[in-house]
Amino acid sequence: MSSDDTPHFSEHAGPGRRVINFLHGNPTIIPFLVLVIGLAIFSLIVGKRFFHPFNLSLVLQQVTVIGMLALAQTLIILTAGIDLSVGAIMVLSSVAMGQMALTLGLPPEIALLAGIAVGAACGALNGLLITWLRLPPFIVTLGTWSIFNAFVQFWSGGQTIRQQEIAADAAILQWTGTALQLGAWRLTLGSVLMLGLAGLLWYMLNRTAYGRHIYAVGNDPEAARLSGISTRRVLFSVYLIAGAICGLAGWVLIGRIGAVSPLGGGSANLDSITAVVIGGTSLFGGRGSILGTLIGALIVGFFRNGLALAGLDVLWQEFSIGCLIIMAVGFDQWLRRISN
Amino acid sequence: MSKRSWLACGAAIATLCLGVSTAQAQDDILVGLITKTDTNPFFVKMREGASEKAKELGVKFQAFAGKFDGDNDTQVQAVENLIAAGAKGILIVASDTKAIVPTIQKARDAGLLVIALDTPLEPMDAAQATFATDNFHAGELIGEWARRSMGDEAASKAHVAFIDAHESQPTVDVARDQGFMKGFGIDIKDPARRGDEDDARIVGHEMGEGSEVGGRNGMETLLQKNFDVNVVYTINEPTAAGAWEALKAAGKADGSVLVTSVDGGCPGVKNVADGVIGATSMQFPLLMASLGVEAIVEHAKNGTVPAPSEGLTFTNTGVKLVTDKPVEGLESITSEEALKICWG
Repeated sequence: MSSDDTPHFSEHAGPGRRVINFLHGNPTIIPFLVLVIGLAIFSLIVGKRFFHPFNLSLVLQQVTVIGMLALAQTLIILTAGIDLSVGAIMVLSSVAMGQMALTLGLPPEIALLAGIAVGAACGALNGLLITWLRLPPFIVTLGTWSIFNAFVQFWSGGQTIRQQEIAADAAILQWTGTALQLGAWRLTLGSVLMLGLAGLLWYMLNRTAYGRHIYAVGNDPEAARLSGISTRRVLFSVYLIAGAICGLAGWVLIGRIGAVSPLGGGSANLDSITAVVIGGTSLFGGRGSILGTLIGALIVGFFRNGLALAGLDVLWQEFSIGCLIIMAVGFDQWLRRISN
Repeated sequence: MSKRSWLACGAAIATLCLGVSTAQAQDDILVGLITKTDTNPFFVKMREGASEKAKELGVKFQAFAGKFDGDNDTQVQAVENLIAAGAKGILIVASDTKAIVPTIQKARDAGLLVIALDTPLEPMDAAQATFATDNFHAGELIGEWARRSMGDEAASKAHVAFIDAHESQPTVDVARDQGFMKGFGIDIKDPARRGDEDDARIVGHEMGEGSEVGGRNGMETLLQKNFDVNVVYTINEPTAAGAWEALKAAGKADGSVLVTSVDGGCPGVKNVADGVIGATSMQFPLLMASLGVEAIVEHAKNGTVPAPSEGLTFTNTGVKLVTDKPVEGLESITSEEALKICWG
């Protein structure tokens, strides 16, 4: 061995090792494959009614609200946190928008922005409790879930604001429900908004230093802190941004159901976590992607839609979603263990 | 402190406690109300009605609610809390009509009068009395309305979509669904079970969980199964509102689809006026609640248990068909008249 030789690892990786390294670097491949295989199977079973642009774009519309919550949830889960209050923040924001525009008589545009600000404020509260009081995110958001729900009840008085009233006085609140016809594809502006937001978040996570900091904090908060990242500021800002996204989701919700309703949102937080997990983001932080979350949301939507069109009982939808979650988490754990 | 001061304190506290407990012994009756959720205006109105009646009669009142439609655990805890608080009676709208029964039995064993409101328990006699709308009849009225509105086409060209509430088939869900089918002329086979029918006019059943979001999703799925849906049954008015959004998006909001519902809440009645809902069966939650409170007070004072309505196993609080498109042979009131007596 000459003195010119620098120590290096042998580059010889067997084919199995290469596949594992590839998967570790691109965890989104697996959910993508699941999506493609699922689409293929349902197209075979159900036929043209499933694999038609109208139906496919319908599913996109159906997953839009949960998809937006899942985008918020992705940011949080990347930091190894979790947010159980996303659904409640969304409903509270929508109630805030509706009540401010129609009961308090504010101009609809102001009500819209104020509603999103309410969402951001809720996120800020979560962030504050987690970073300042150093409480575990699960516990904090479990508590704020109930608190925000109480505010929903308080502010709405249990009353729904009907679609006709909103259309008459504050039509901008329903703007996200406007449909766009692109050939045989039918999108709503809400879906476009979600996809646009996904693009923005992707850019932020992959092309900015801030995005790198988020991954770092999730991967190893101590190492991140030692390398000069202000973990508290990163965490607080993540929850704040997530809250604002949930506020936006509230706007999309009004577009979808036309009304401002205190009902619903109950299972939205778990649905958002489901989409994130199936999309390959690790619950233990530090690994995952926005694209994965979108794919995860689509998988859930297509499975529900496909099984319903195939004429199966609703319970099989629940069963299959459960299986998908376990497979996704199991796969993530296996990858982690193998790469160590 | 000296021993004497301790004794003095102790005596003071004892007198206080005694005073308080004697006051409580002469004190009011406690009535508890447990609803499925506190978000649905139906239950909000029920709570207000019960609270007012309780104030009028001078009794104490506590209200509890589950976190979501189907939340049995919170209701179980509420019953236990009421037993511990020494309530004289419980009014309950059960989220899970079968699962709550053992806990109800505990309350009855502890001497409380349990009255089921709106949703009968399974078995119905798990509660000593039930004050409810005849949900089967409510469904029959709207089914009958849909059939007569379609006329001859009802037998041949109808495609009926059903948006129910829960997969677990709670009594209210099944009763309205099967009632609608009977009124529409579909053979319901077993009236206690939904889904055993095989009429070709049924497009399918989707679960909307009683909310707008579920109504929209359910309607979209059913339209995908068969785009020619022209009759829609919904479990309640929020579901119908959501289904309407889906119909609008599909370009079918032109009156070609008959949307029916049950409840009679003011937003729902306004939707009848606006043509969103074709016909709805109106219920009277305020009456259910106030009659319930009265019954518990009566029982606490002289042990009487409320008797059911003539020929029924429960006390019928009444139902009225609300529609702006009345049909021959079926009594109904207009949305204008309904707005005066609606709730919420």
